[in-house]
Amino acid sequence: MDNNKLLQGNQACAMGAIKAGVKFCAGYPITPSSEIMEILAEELPKVEGKFIQMEDEIASVGAIIGASVMGVKSLTPTSGPGFDLKQENIAFAAMAEIPVVIVDVQRSGPSTGGATICAQGDLMQAKYGRSGDCPIIALYPNSVKEIYKTTIRAFNLAEKYMTPVILLLDETIGHMRENINVDDYQDMEIINRNFPEESATDYLPYRPDESGVVRLVPFGNDKGYRYVISGMHHTENGMPSIAKNSIQNSIERINGKIDKNKEEIWEWEEIDTEDAETLVIACGCVSRSAVEAVKVARSKGYKAGLFRPITIWPFLDEPLKEALKNIKTVIVPEMNQGQLVHKINELINKDVKVVQLNIFDGSLIMPEQIIEVIEEACHK
Amino acid sequence: MSIRDYVKEDVFPLFTCPGCTHGTVINTFLRAADELKLDRDKTVIVCAIGCAGRTPTYLDFNVLRVTHGRALAFATGVKLARPDVKVIVFMGDGDALAIGGNHFIHAARRNIGITAVVLRNEIYGMTGGQYAPTTPVGAKATTAPYGMIEPSFDTCKLAASAGATYVARGDIFNLNNLYNVMKSALQHKGFALVEALTSCPIQFGRRNKVSDPAKMVQRIKNMVVTKAVAEKLSTEEQAEKFIIGEFVNTREIELTERYAKLLDINKKENEVVITMS
Repeated sequence: MDNNKLLQGNQACAMGAIKAGVKFCAGYPITPSSEIMEILAEELPKVEGKFIQMEDEIASVGAIIGASVMGVKSLTPTSGPGFDLKQENIAFAAMAEIPVVIVDVQRSGPSTGGATICAQGDLMQAKYGRSGDCPIIALYPNSVKEIYKTTIRAFNLAEKYMTPVILLLDETIGHMRENINVDDYQDMEIINRNFPEESATDYLPYRPDESGVVRLVPFGNDKGYRYVISGMHHTENGMPSIAKNSIQNSIERINGKIDKNKEEIWEWEEIDTEDAETLVIACGCVSRSAVEAVKVARSKGYKAGLFRPITIWPFLDEPLKEALKNIKTVIVPEMNQGQLVHKINELINKDVKVVQLNIFDGSLIMPEQIIEVIEEACHK
Repeated sequence: MSIRDYVKEDVFPLFTCPGCTHGTVINTFLRAADELKLDRDKTVIVCAIGCAGRTPTYLDFNVLRVTHGRALAFATGVKLARPDVKVIVFMGDGDALAIGGNHFIHAARRNIGITAVVLRNEIYGMTGGQYAPTTPVGAKATTAPYGMIEPSFDTCKLAASAGATYVARGDIFNLNNLYNVMKSALQHKGFALVEALTSCPIQFGRRNKVSDPAKMVQRIKNMVVTKAVAEKLSTEEQAEKFIIGEFVNTREIELTERYAKLLDINKKENEVVITMS
């Protein structure tokens, strides 16, 4: 049977989640993300899973963390002001090392902004939206197909590194329909969290393995593993502690496990970068226009290339540095006032020219607009 | 089992102030749990922030200690993920009724199988004596230096009107009653609420001329009346007292039981089985 389907981005996200083994979703209605939970409300019971619409976004993250503590893969979708509210418990998941996935279908903000207006304003919030040195993994697919497989990957990374993962989507990609054959992803690896080898008597829940990752036995187990999970600084046995070394150790561990394993977390795409002198760096829906812009620029004789981060956090420092080696001009089109560009500026040496193209009126950045910037930048 | 076997004495000292009576509620809970032979490995305790939130971390159970006010939200996920597990939530009055007020009424409305214990000490203790939505009118707090001007919540009425199917009140003086309602709450199938009146001599007492812990206990003794005694009081007299005992004890379908029914769609060829009631 031909399983080629025309799917909406949000639909692909819900289906990818089911494929990843999600059995619990809690959400609160908010445009443009609501389709994800509507679909999961219908689909989860068919796979013995559950959906609950909570009283607000804070409770939604709380509920999915609660379910994950019981060993159940869980997800919550949201957008804009809802993403603001979710930060509190995303920080808890990072601190207590509970794997969950938060989908943020970005809309124009701040505040209510525009519910169906496309914008890329949450890149920095995904990383810096919480107090303290809070680690995060954030992934940013740019097509319906990529949403499907990146949703699965988000769960794999969450389970493997015992951490919350944010999936950033653009409103336009979330609501766009494209062809996808989900059978193409039939063999994708599904990762489930590791359990400890030691018995309950020797068990220290927050003693990490060699890769820096903790192994938390789901609560309600019948093997006698009993311990405390807390958002407060804690020692290896999970008990609250504000002793200097437990503070230092926990902050180092939750951030260090991401940093140590960043090469495995990183994913990006490069087009025509081998001999490029002008590099367009773009993600999400803007990168689709950038692909076309680079193609046209090449046909006009410009040595243009594209670097597209798929992993946004941890930031792709080394791969981008490598791609920037022979670059004279960098062009950063973004549907915000300039967020990605801050990280790029950190990596760039002085003689490279950085040109920003920031459009945040809700209209998509078109290939012609990027081509215009390439031409202008290369002639000056 | 001895009550001490449920307590992780190796991680003492406790953080609580001298004269604090939160421990009395925990003690009563442990006695009820022991009597009911509660399986610790099939029990999850959820708690959050504040004195009442931290106290359960000393118990040898699986304890999930979360963000301020959100214990019931996390507990909802715990219960839905594993309906076979007993879920018990300890909260302070600020935790449950101020920052967590929304989660409180919705957990009650859903009639989800959670035993919720609210420790009402009428003040924010851990943060230094600020007023709570339970601080009595006229009482002093660091943020009510001229006396509290806001009315208080009646936790039991709030829970009952939101849909809780078990509602009771106890206090740290009349321990037989507290023990009995705790036991009934733990055996109840739906959302069960026990409000326990406790005393905070340090943050509440010192500012309100009752810093002596024994006098704080005496104060609670004078504050409460049984239902039988309350019936003989006028409405005005009743308003000045906290009635202790059971207020609601009904059997309605619990949320995860409803969900189990919904999951039957898999067995009946996708026939929709949920009917409006």
